[in-house]
Amino acid sequence: MKNMDNSKKINQGSGSGLSNGLSYDLTWPGYVRKNGKLGIRNHILVIYTVKCSEFVAKRIVEEAGDLNVECIGFDGCTDNQYAVNLLISMIRHPNIGAVLAVGLGCEYVQPEWLAGIAREEGKPAEWMFIQDKGGTAPAIAEGLEIVRRMQEELKNTPTREMGFSDLIIGAECGGSDFTSGLAGNVVVGRLYDKLVEAGGTAIFEEIVEAVGLDSLLVKRAKTEQAAKELQFTYDKALDYCKSVRQYSVSPGNFAGGLSTIEEKSMGAVIKSGSAPISGVVKVACTPPEPGLWLLDSTPDPHWMQFGITNPNDNEGLMDLISAGAHIVFLVTGRGNVVGSAVSPCIKITGNRETYRRMEGDMDFDASGVLFGECSQEEMTHRLYEMVAAVAGGAPSKSEALGHKEYFIPYKFQEKFVTFKRKCEEEV
Amino acid sequence: MEQQSAFCINFEDNVATALVKLEPGEVRILGDTHKESENVTMEIPMGHKLALCDIKKGENIVKYGVVIGRSTADIPEGSWVHLHVMESLYDTRSSHLDEVTGAPKDTKYE
Repeated sequence: MKNMDNSKKINQGSGSGLSNGLSYDLTWPGYVRKNGKLGIRNHILVIYTVKCSEFVAKRIVEEAGDLNVECIGFDGCTDNQYAVNLLISMIRHPNIGAVLAVGLGCEYVQPEWLAGIAREEGKPAEWMFIQDKGGTAPAIAEGLEIVRRMQEELKNTPTREMGFSDLIIGAECGGSDFTSGLAGNVVVGRLYDKLVEAGGTAIFEEIVEAVGLDSLLVKRAKTEQAAKELQFTYDKALDYCKSVRQYSVSPGNFAGGLSTIEEKSMGAVIKSGSAPISGVVKVACTPPEPGLWLLDSTPDPHWMQFGITNPNDNEGLMDLISAGAHIVFLVTGRGNVVGSAVSPCIKITGNRETYRRMEGDMDFDASGVLFGECSQEEMTHRLYEMVAAVAGGAPSKSEALGHKEYFIPYKFQEKFVTFKRKCEEEV
Repeated sequence: MEQQSAFCINFEDNVATALVKLEPGEVRILGDTHKESENVTMEIPMGHKLALCDIKKGENIVKYGVVIGRSTADIPEGSWVHLHVMESLYDTRSSHLDEVTGAPKDTKYE
């Protein structure tokens, strides 16, 4: 593999700012997009529009042999508004520089329209039907040629210095254990406070892991509207858990010492830090302004409760990226190996044993605070330095290993918080 | 042997989390806590909770300064606090799981 973009330079700012001397003013060059947004990667996204075109799309990416070329796609032949919104949000994402959409030729999802959206965003874009190209081999050959051309074009992408205030970061946890609430999520919460203070955007999710904590969240609402959105989103998630009689807690969590969903929830909510919450965003919608936002990934009431809430960790990461996250944090206790397409994933653990056992995969060891080796303040700054390095082009561990997971399911969700309860739906 | 220690997150908490597997005896309490040590009366697995005071049946279990459940039995100070002596206020299934493995006991495998 080659071409992992680590040639950019990180600059130290003026050093002004905090009383304890730990400043948060590093800058690095960002890729300027037509809509004025700044990206920290310049990826070429190859999209398949149905399972039948997945093989060709993946082979194009493999043969390109460049970690900046990556693949996502939707398996279904019948389309789904939620899934199409997710694909479009990836096309519009500032980390994406160019798009190639690959279809078979009879599916509902339209590669031509996806390429059209990319062009409106000022991004080089092409599309093809494998049936028109004459099958696997010619489609791969042509796709590869297109990608090679795009690689050349992207060398001319303009850049501009960016810093913490331009960043959107998303966070979720997976494989939690007792250290997640003691150290891993704590350092993320502290960093989120700094990010919001600097004028950046922080997104947290997993409202199904906020059981029992609605009043605590609503108290932090920045506006009355935000309070209403938070309460409604919480009630919807709780309705969901009650109706399926399943809370977001598993035997592994219990064996690791967590006794109730409330205990796990508090450990999870800590990652949101202490800033006021600006409101709720839905999947594939970008926060309208900087600040701290809750991402709602639970399905909205629908005639067949379309989709489950948290099928796996990569769906959570994808949801955060769909809301514009440049970087995603995955906080884990037991350990994980995944990365993500589109935005780099930084894996954080508060469990020293896990870090040591899986050092090739884990990016950040937050356990030092549990052993009194450093203060929360110092640990937070260490994480900040890692964020700046990754934003400046240094690959995270999963990126360097080539982890480019993605997950786009069928689901139903409104584009806004609709304040419509299940019982109010027409039968 | 590693020093026996547990972590208390909030001054209002009535439980602390074992940072290592605890054997009966004196355990150092780290974090935001009113007491420096606790006399542990039984084995407690790493990551599990111990009671920092006597907790009566029906009282709240407090961690992070918030209620994380309710006791289902009298819990003596220094003992293990988990599924066998506490329950969620929401999730009625979890207090019926095996307290060591977390495995479900309400699904039949026949």
